[in-house]
Amino acid sequence: MIYLKLFWSFIQIGLFSIGGGYAAMPLIQAQAVEQHAWLSINEFIDLITIAEMTPGPIAVNSATFVGIRIAGIGGAIVATLGCILPSLIIVSLLSYVYTKYKNISILQSVLKSLRPAVVALIASAGLSILLKVVFGGGAMVLANINVIGICLFAAAFFVLRKFKWNPILVMTLCGAAGLLLGILFG
Amino acid sequence: MNEKPKKANLLLKLFFSMLYISTFTFGGGFVIITFMKRKFVDELHWIDEQEMLDMTALAQSSPGAIAVNAAILVGWHVAGFVGMIVAVIGTILPPMIILSVISFFYAAFATNPYVALTLKGMQAGVAAVILDVVCSLGSNVLKMKSAIHLVIMAAAFVATFFFGVNVIYIILAAALVGVILAMMEKKKEADKK
Repeated sequence: MIYLKLFWSFIQIGLFSIGGGYAAMPLIQAQAVEQHAWLSINEFIDLITIAEMTPGPIAVNSATFVGIRIAGIGGAIVATLGCILPSLIIVSLLSYVYTKYKNISILQSVLKSLRPAVVALIASAGLSILLKVVFGGGAMVLANINVIGICLFAAAFFVLRKFKWNPILVMTLCGAAGLLLGILFG
Repeated sequence: MNEKPKKANLLLKLFFSMLYISTFTFGGGFVIITFMKRKFVDELHWIDEQEMLDMTALAQSSPGAIAVNAAILVGWHVAGFVGMIVAVIGTILPPMIILSVISFFYAAFATNPYVALTLKGMQAGVAAVILDVVCSLGSNVLKMKSAIHLVIMAAAFVATFFFGVNVIYIILAAALVGVILAMMEKKKEADKK
């Protein structure tokens, strides 16, 4: 039952992504690409690109995108409900506990330990996208190296880190440069 | 807190506020929280500043999307259970509609060679955006100057990147370390007394 599978997958994504949008990314990759093969790695990267360019949380964007492609509008609704259901329950409970007990040292300690793990997971997802860019999706051999992709990545990373450019602007410029260079040299 | 308008009006206002904020907020959970503060604290006076800070901490530390979590908290606070539902629907409707439209065109879109080139260029940009975020987050972890947390970061990276360990196990393991650390801390304090 595809609806049930979608629902259950996105419940797991909603339940285990702690600390904002990027934290959901490795979970979406694990569920939609690796476990169920609903998306190819290429489609997954396109999805992340689209999610970055449009408003809304990455998890909700992904739920809609994956849901529609797998099972139409119904799939989108089921997947989105799945990804917000854990929040609805846990956040309601937590806010009740929080107003009752205020500082809970265990919760804070758990969050402190989760943060470095989440950073590592995001780094891993980011690196797998970078590898895809560097080798153009092929095997990791010298012949497959994509020079345009590497130059674009290096330039984008530099202006983001050094000059704190707006990410959406950087991505738009990368897209335009990719099109132009691809037509000229591709 | 100022006097609130009638319930139906209140719910409508809550719904359209979230709809508007969600449609025009690009760039992740923290941005949307800033906009929510401006709307509900500064403009409508439904929530006071301290409550908003507490809600931010809770939204950030709970599982799920920060924007959805914040909508749940604000909705509950303003109009109870119905308020929560209304606020959440207002928050998820814009991204659902936008992504539905995009995914209908995606197949035609992705096979077009010019679009493919553009998307390919943008992938390089996405990799840069994500790794830039990682550098900022990672340097915050380094600033904690705590060996245990550095080990967690390194171990989580090796486990997922090189060994493909399930992401969920890694998160559960890190949470478990947090619980153990908290218990050790408590024991230390108890021993001192």
